[in-house]
Amino acid sequence: MPVSLLWAVDVYGRVYSLSTAGQQWEQCRDAQMEFKRVTAAQQCCWGIACDNNIYLNVHASDLPVRYQEETYENQRWNPVDGFSDRLLPSDRWQLSDVTGLQHQPLDNFRLPSSSWEWEGDWYVDENFEGEPTEKEGWSYAIDFPATYTKDKKWNSCVRRRRWLRYRRYKAMDTWAKIPSQQTTLPDPFSDISCGGWEINEEPRGRLSLWAVSLQGKVWFREGIYHHNPEGSLWEEVPLPGEVVQISCGPGDLVWAVLWEGQLIVREGIGRDCPKGTSWAMVDSPSPDVGATHVAVGVNVVWALTKDNKVWFRRGVNSHNPCGSGWISMVGEMIMINVGLNDQVLAIGSEDRAVYFRQGVTSSELSGKTWKVISVPRDGDRSHSSASSLVSDVESDTEKGSTDGASCIITSSSPESFVDAPTEHSDQPIETPKSRIPKVTSDSFISELVSDRGPGKTSREVRSAGPASVGPLDPQWSNVDLEEAQGQQAQTGAVVDTADTSSLSSVATFTLAMEDPYGVDEHPMWAWVSGGGCSVDSHTQLNWFNSMVQSVQSMSLSVTPAQTAAWRKQIFEQLSERTKREMDNFRHYEQAIEQSVWVKKGTMQWWRDWKPHKWIDVHFALEQFSGPEGNKDGILFIYYNFYEEKKYLHAFVNEVTILVPVLNDSKHSFAIYTPERTKQRWPIRLSAATELEMHDWLALLSVSCCDSRGIQGPPSKQAIWSITCKGDIFVSEPSLSLEAMPYPTPCDQMFWRQVGGHLRVVECNSIGIVWGIGYDHTAWVYTGGYGGGFFQGLASSTDNIYTQVDVKNVYIYENQRWNPVTGYTNRGLPTDRYMWSDASGLHECTKTNMKPPSPHWTWVSDWTIDYSVSGGTDKEGWQYAADFPASYHGHKTMKDFVRRRRWARKCKLTTTGPWQEVPPIPLSDVTILPCAAQSSVDVVPLWAISNKGDVLCRLGVTALTPAGSSWLHVGTDQPFKSISIGAASQVWAIARDGSAFYRGSVSSQSPAGDCWYHIPSPSKQKLKQVSVGRTSVYTVDENGNLWYRQGVTPSYPQGSSWEHISNNVRKVSAGPLDQVWIIADKVQGSHSLSCGTVCHRLGVQPLEPKGQSWDYGIGGGWDHITVRGNSMEPPRVHLPSLTERTPLPVRNTEINSSAVGC
Amino acid sequence: MADDKDVLRDVWFGRIPTCFTLNQDEVTEREAEPYYLLLPRVSYLPLVTDKVKKHFLKVMKAEDVEEMWLEYEGTPLKWHYPIGVLFDLHASNTVLPWSITVHFKFFCPLVAKKLQYRDLLHCTSNSVIEAHFMSSIKEADALKHKSQVVNDMQKKDHKQLWMGLQNDKFDQFWAINRKLMEYPTEEGGFRYIPFRIYQTMSDRPFIQKLFRPVSPEGNVHTLGDLLKEMYPAALPNDGEQKRYQVVIHGIEPLLETPLQWLSEHLSHPDNFLHICVIPTPTD
Repeated sequence: MPVSLLWAVDVYGRVYSLSTAGQQWEQCRDAQMEFKRVTAAQQCCWGIACDNNIYLNVHASDLPVRYQEETYENQRWNPVDGFSDRLLPSDRWQLSDVTGLQHQPLDNFRLPSSSWEWEGDWYVDENFEGEPTEKEGWSYAIDFPATYTKDKKWNSCVRRRRWLRYRRYKAMDTWAKIPSQQTTLPDPFSDISCGGWEINEEPRGRLSLWAVSLQGKVWFREGIYHHNPEGSLWEEVPLPGEVVQISCGPGDLVWAVLWEGQLIVREGIGRDCPKGTSWAMVDSPSPDVGATHVAVGVNVVWALTKDNKVWFRRGVNSHNPCGSGWISMVGEMIMINVGLNDQVLAIGSEDRAVYFRQGVTSSELSGKTWKVISVPRDGDRSHSSASSLVSDVESDTEKGSTDGASCIITSSSPESFVDAPTEHSDQPIETPKSRIPKVTSDSFISELVSDRGPGKTSREVRSAGPASVGPLDPQWSNVDLEEAQGQQAQTGAVVDTADTSSLSSVATFTLAMEDPYGVDEHPMWAWVSGGGCSVDSHTQLNWFNSMVQSVQSMSLSVTPAQTAAWRKQIFEQLSERTKREMDNFRHYEQAIEQSVWVKKGTMQWWRDWKPHKWIDVHFALEQFSGPEGNKDGILFIYYNFYEEKKYLHAFVNEVTILVPVLNDSKHSFAIYTPERTKQRWPIRLSAATELEMHDWLALLSVSCCDSRGIQGPPSKQAIWSITCKGDIFVSEPSLSLEAMPYPTPCDQMFWRQVGGHLRVVECNSIGIVWGIGYDHTAWVYTGGYGGGFFQGLASSTDNIYTQVDVKNVYIYENQRWNPVTGYTNRGLPTDRYMWSDASGLHECTKTNMKPPSPHWTWVSDWTIDYSVSGGTDKEGWQYAADFPASYHGHKTMKDFVRRRRWARKCKLTTTGPWQEVPPIPLSDVTILPCAAQSSVDVVPLWAISNKGDVLCRLGVTALTPAGSSWLHVGTDQPFKSISIGAASQVWAIARDGSAFYRGSVSSQSPAGDCWYHIPSPSKQKLKQVSVGRTSVYTVDENGNLWYRQGVTPSYPQGSSWEHISNNVRKVSAGPLDQVWIIADKVQGSHSLSCGTVCHRLGVQPLEPKGQSWDYGIGGGWDHITVRGNSMEPPRVHLPSLTERTPLPVRNTEINSSAVGC
Repeated sequence: MADDKDVLRDVWFGRIPTCFTLNQDEVTEREAEPYYLLLPRVSYLPLVTDKVKKHFLKVMKAEDVEEMWLEYEGTPLKWHYPIGVLFDLHASNTVLPWSITVHFKFFCPLVAKKLQYRDLLHCTSNSVIEAHFMSSIKEADALKHKSQVVNDMQKKDHKQLWMGLQNDKFDQFWAINRKLMEYPTEEGGFRYIPFRIYQTMSDRPFIQKLFRPVSPEGNVHTLGDLLKEMYPAALPNDGEQKRYQVVIHGIEPLLETPLQWLSEHLSHPDNFLHICVIPTPTD
């Protein structure tokens, strides 16, 4: 799980964040002033500072926030001037938006705020619908508005071209003021809440931001999304009363608290209307005591009442945002917040500590207990009462309750530094409780004052206060001033009361002096926001340790167990022991003779003869030691054939792969041998329970690996592949795998499973392996093996981590139009099910649909999916003339059926040798395939983010395969596939299906300089590219495999595409220019298979396209990468006809060095 | 960096080169050749000495044969201690191979004095060892998991543990034994560490008490912590010459080694951590 942040503000207005991986609060040092409130999302944090302005802190990401400004230049032809900007009076502006209605000269574009900068100057876009245009980027048409083409025709009377300019958001990781609209916002903001990112994923990074003003009005910030993080304007939302506080969940829940203590719920929030339409009223949980605070998540609402009681709202969901009733919960809290995954955070009313609600799961949303987050703040340790100005500002932050209140004034008006600090550094400390400022729905600074004891906040104190304060920022009210001076007076008063205070408070005092982390010294919090904090009930957090323990575990992390001296000692001594006790005595006889070991069990077998069905069989694995001490075994399947006992057997050393096939009805797996692969008909067995199946699989895998002498992690040359279930398999290439003319047949390759769940895996020949999950998370291979069901010995321990993947399950709702009722779910008898899979052949309803296997669990409810190709209408419907047909997103006269897709997310948690590479989700990745000179040499690695950005990873070496950071490579359009060849040639495919070549990529210029547009094969949209040593292969959306002709070092773009094959799903070209694909429709002797690994035969330097295909493991394969295999095969000299040599002479000279780089 | 799993293999495949010689007092028909064998450290003597017995019976008359028992430099070797423990306890720091004397008669003067040993030396069949081995595993699991894991196992799993040991099948044994080595991550270890501390200097067979892998404050207990509590004399005093060696599987782990890790990786197949405290050799 990626590291994310919990944000909080302490009672002195200092902003802190706590990382999910961290053990201390980090102060946000760049906050220029104190903050009242913060509200976080994963990508940013909003806050109200004490100047009552709203500030935004966008977390730095390797992916810059770039906004593309565009304007169109329009021209008309006339016989005198040719094309010129002299347009007809009825025409559009010379420079306009795409519709022509808006006048948009270049110098009209302004940066929206000081947080932005221009990336460069205006330039002409020379791409038109995936095709390169002539030099000046014009596209032509008969008239405005009409269809434009890139070619000028005889009747082209008008032309236009697009100008582009990018601006970049520069205020990353810092608090940047949101420019305020003084005219529309007379009164300052007092509360703020962001959320709503789950309502609509388009535009990317969309957020809802709600704010409350001091007068009780509610405002909604329009237009916040990734490319416009600040949003565009505030819009007032009409209200039934005056609001004091508001809370917006990640989904469609928005609740607010009214002055009178009731709550209001926003209704009508949806995809098309994130702002909602109306308010519904909900009574306070307690009839006598009004509500003061509310916090909402996806499916939960928590509230607090004036007496600090905590309430949980029953029955809240998207259809019923108001819920059904209140349940009283344990605890007394002053503030409450719901973070991601409906996790709950609160601030205790007594101790002002931040509490985390433990045990909140989707089935138990109210959780179990409150647990205090007890971690130190940064700098707590270096606490000192130095009297210098600078250090005092810092130590103020650490002293917390002792003198922190005065910090508010010292740092808010810098002039007062001069006087304030030294005053109190030696003063005794009062027990802090009595001075905890109370934060309720009101502005917290003013509450600071009103909450204090009688007499201490009076104006008289101000004049009597010892601190003489310099000129003040006018925005700072007197209230704040009073606070500080009152504080001074108060600390002065403590000196007097100290003598009379009880013994216990004296004891507390001394304790606090000796140990600055004593219980009474813990930070006082005012506000907390978990909206950016990705934790769930399973997350291991280090937030709850006592101070002592956290220090210990920190020091442990400095010397992890792997490098500990004791561990080294044990390894060394064991190897010494082996030398001492065994090495000289190897000739001695072993006391125990190795014997046959049999494991038996019962299973079901998918019988070979028709009618095929599962039958009960006895299954046995016999293991024995082979003649050379190697282990071997035989599998037996004992079955009854017409009352006759028969058996089927397979030698363990002939098994090429064990494939788990888990679904909700069967715990089955498939066993392949070369013969079975040819037949496309594996031995399919099913165990009674999942556990039993995993035990067998683990045992059989060990047995297969033993018989082939394979153990430990995959080699650097290994071939990686992924099935359509996301299972990962790896194969060790034999030296003769790429031999000519007699390569190892593909069906003899042995595959073993590696734990984890991925959609894409890419590797290179120095052992750098990256993967991408179904949820687009990037993963880097750790060098381990096993994981998943390989518990125990077939698995390494050090490099195995938890891996989580999320994917969507889809079902379709189908309707037919009839003249009486319009569209209904009553179809014709010949029609498909009303709720079905994509094909319409299988009934799939919301209730009967199960996650893909027992390993997956639902993590969301069914939602309408709008991101279907072809587009949808506002309700997600796609229309067509009839089932099955091509669908479009709007209704026409000819349409009689419609369907819409529903999606539901499910999650898988497994283990494997993979570590996450946060934070950017990816859709493709490629690594320079050949060997680097040394383990510290930087290896080029390129990737495409799931939004289509091109990225270049910096700092990737054999020692640090995860690299350090992303470098963003600018493009004018989103991309979907990328590949880098052995000579650093980078090819990529854009989303529109065209190809691009990146110029001038070298070790000096790892990101290259510009994109060259390469037209795609005629009428085909490309979808994937792979570049080997020299060859470039692409696959298009219709399954054609293309080879790039004419690629030479001096002309790396090549000249044309040559068709190689069809029915191809994916291609991988390796550092030997070897070509492997995943092919569909491979005919075996018993069955047809889709998703089959195939190897191109006959690839030679002079014949790079090869001759034919050799078929390997499948079906159900989805991805393969051979880019790790750089082992040159042994050269075989063919007998020439003129030579006398009767037989081919095998030359054993082996050249395993990397090729061509 | 080597993997922790390799330790399990090294422990399992530890072998002690041994030379068996027949006791001088035994009556033989012709001279008995010594017999050389690699003994698995984690096994038990009766499981691995069938070949020895056969070898010496060839030179003896049937009527002269009672039970076979073994002795090293005057110390009878108990069958129910793992072989590695016997070696570490009695024969550490000696020249290899380990020289064991084979006896076939009980009325020799050595044993006559110590008749109480008879039961400890006399092992009628492998089923006795099996029972002993399984009861050790159950006892260990009682300490580690309140017996929950071992009780959840099926009879065939128990059998597989035993067969794994008997036939020296590492994979077979560990396929089951790994379940006994699991623990909830949030607890940081087993409930109690099953350990036994052996010493040559005392008549007490061994020390075995309750000891947790993690202190109530959450600190990880180390081998040193265990010894401090159970056998402080084994630890060197400040500035003093080391008087004792703390040996597990023939090696001396550092005292700061976490006890939980030791229990998971250096336990014998019976799931106990057998720790030998022996005097440091003087030379």
